[in-house]
Amino acid sequence: MNEHREYPCPEIDPDICKGCGLCVAACPKDVLMISPKLNSKGFHYSEYAGEGCIGCGNCFYVCPEPSAVTVYLKDYVPEEVS
Amino acid sequence: MAQKTVLRKPRGFIDVYKHKPGAEKDRTHYCPGCGHGILHKLIAEALEDFDLVEKSIVISPVGCSVFAYYYFDTGNLQVAHGRAPAVASAVSRANPDSVVISYQGDGDLAAIGGNNILQAANRGENMVVFFVNNAIYGMTGGQMAPTTLEGQKTTTTPYGRNIRTDGYPIQMCELINQLTAPVYIARTSLHDMPNIRKTRAAVRKGIQNAMNRKGFSFVEVLSMCPSGWKMDAVQSQNWIKENMIPRFPLDTYRDNSDQPYTVERPVPIMDPEEVRKILGFGSLKTANLRQNPDAVLRKVALRVSGFGGQGIMSTGIALANVGMEYGYNVSWLPSYGPEMRGGTANCSVKVQEETIGAAECTEPNMVIAMNQPSLEKFEKILVPDGVLMYNSTLIDIEPTRKDIKVYPVPITGMADELGDTRVQSMVSVGAFAAVTGMFDPGEIKSLMPVLFAGKSDKVMKLNEDAVQMGYDYVKDNFS
Repeated sequence: MNEHREYPCPEIDPDICKGCGLCVAACPKDVLMISPKLNSKGFHYSEYAGEGCIGCGNCFYVCPEPSAVTVYLKDYVPEEVS
Repeated sequence: MAQKTVLRKPRGFIDVYKHKPGAEKDRTHYCPGCGHGILHKLIAEALEDFDLVEKSIVISPVGCSVFAYYYFDTGNLQVAHGRAPAVASAVSRANPDSVVISYQGDGDLAAIGGNNILQAANRGENMVVFFVNNAIYGMTGGQMAPTTLEGQKTTTTPYGRNIRTDGYPIQMCELINQLTAPVYIARTSLHDMPNIRKTRAAVRKGIQNAMNRKGFSFVEVLSMCPSGWKMDAVQSQNWIKENMIPRFPLDTYRDNSDQPYTVERPVPIMDPEEVRKILGFGSLKTANLRQNPDAVLRKVALRVSGFGGQGIMSTGIALANVGMEYGYNVSWLPSYGPEMRGGTANCSVKVQEETIGAAECTEPNMVIAMNQPSLEKFEKILVPDGVLMYNSTLIDIEPTRKDIKVYPVPITGMADELGDTRVQSMVSVGAFAAVTGMFDPGEIKSLMPVLFAGKSDKVMKLNEDAVQMGYDYVKDNFS
C-alpha cells in the first residue's frame, strides 16, 4: 500500500468493495470517487483521491460491507514494520 | 475506553466468515448498498466497545439476515420464521448473564411473527430487538410486506399497495408503545450520516439496556433495499427520506433506561440432580456404564419402526429412560403421521456414553422393525455391521443385506403368549438388552415403578415378564 500516506486517511479494499456508492455520497469533502476500473467481482469500486480526508468516519459507518473500509484517524501511529 | 485511532472491521464480526459456504468468505452475502451491513457493523462495533462479544447471543430470523450467524462472532441461533422473540425469551431466561439480541426484518417481525414480538415485549423480556424495516420482502424477491407503503409497487402489488384491499402499513413502534413493559422504543433511519449516527446511539443504548438487565428494548431501523426497490443505493436513501419517514416518523418513543428497575427472573435450574428430582426420577447412577464389547453398539443409534399402536414410541421411551437411569446420554425423537393408531410410526433413540448432537438417527446402527414396510425401509439405511432385529411374527420375508447382523424375534407372538399384545414394547426392550448387553433384565425390572408410575402391580408384573421373555429368547437362540 502507499507507505508515505498522511493521516487521517481511508483505506478501501478494492476487491471487497461492491461499488454501491454510499461512501462517495456521504463524504463531506468529496475525496472519494467510483473508479472507472472494475474489481475481480465486476464492481466499479470506490477510491480515495489521495488527499483531503478529515477523518470524519462517515465512509466507515455508511459502508455496508464490514471489511471494505478502514479509516486511519489523525492520531494513528503506524506499527513499526520490522 | 481509549480513543480510537483507527476505524476498522469491528471484532464483533468473525474474522474470516468460515461458516459461509462458497469461496467468498471475506465478504457478506448482502447486495450492494444494503442497510443490513450498516446495522450489522453498528451492532458489532457496540459489542466490541462494551466488551460483550463473548457474552452475546444473536438470534437470526428468516429473511435476508437469516445468515447473520455467518458474520457475528457471538453465540448464534437461527430460528423458525417470526419466532426470534420467543426463542430469545428462552435464551435470555436460561442465560441471565448474556446479552440477547433478536435481529429481525419486517416480514419476520411484523407479519408471521407479529404476535411473538408483542408477547415478548409485553412480558418485558430482557433483550434488545433490532427491527430492520425496508417496506418490502427482500429475500423472496420484493413482495409486499406489512410495512409496504400505500401506493408502493412490489411484485405482488404491481399497481401499488391499495389500502382498501391490502390495509395500511403497520407501524410497529407505535404498536409496541401501547404496551407498558418495554423500556426503550426508538425508530431511526440509515438514510444519511446524521441519522446513521443516531442509529448508532440507539443501537448502543439498546445493547446497554440488555447488558444492564433493564428489560425490553426495541429499535426499528428504516433501511435501504436497493434490489427490492429497483434503484441504486443513494436513490434508496432518498426514497427513505421522501417516502418512508412521513409514514414512519423518526423518534424516540420511550426511554425509561434510567429507571432503577431491573428484570428479575427465577434462577434457572442447572443442577441435573435437581431436575431429576422435579421430574420424579431417582438419583443419577454413573457407575453402571458398561463397556460394550461390540464397538458398533458403544454408540447406540436405534430406529424403532412399525404401525402406530405397536408400542413403537413406548419402546423408545422405555429404552431412553432405562439408559438415562444408568448414566448414559440419551435422546428420543418421535416421527409419526396424524393418526393415533394404524398409521406408520418410528422413533430415533440414542443411548451413548458420549454427548449426543443430533437426536435423529439418519444412519442407525440398530433397527427394530415391527412390520414389513419398516423392515424394507430401514434395512437400507442401517450401517454395515449394524444390528437388525425384526418382528418375525408379522414379517415373513428375509432381510436382503448380508453385511448386517440379523435377529428375527417373534415379538408380537411372545406378547400374545403373555396374554396382552400391548406388552410387545417391553419384549423389545428385553431383547434389546440381550442383544446389546447394556442392561440386565433385573435392572430394567427395578425401573418398573419409574416406567409404569401409577400402574397396578399386575401391570408391572406383566411387563417384567415381557422383559424377561424377550431377553431369554435372544439369549437362548442367538448366543
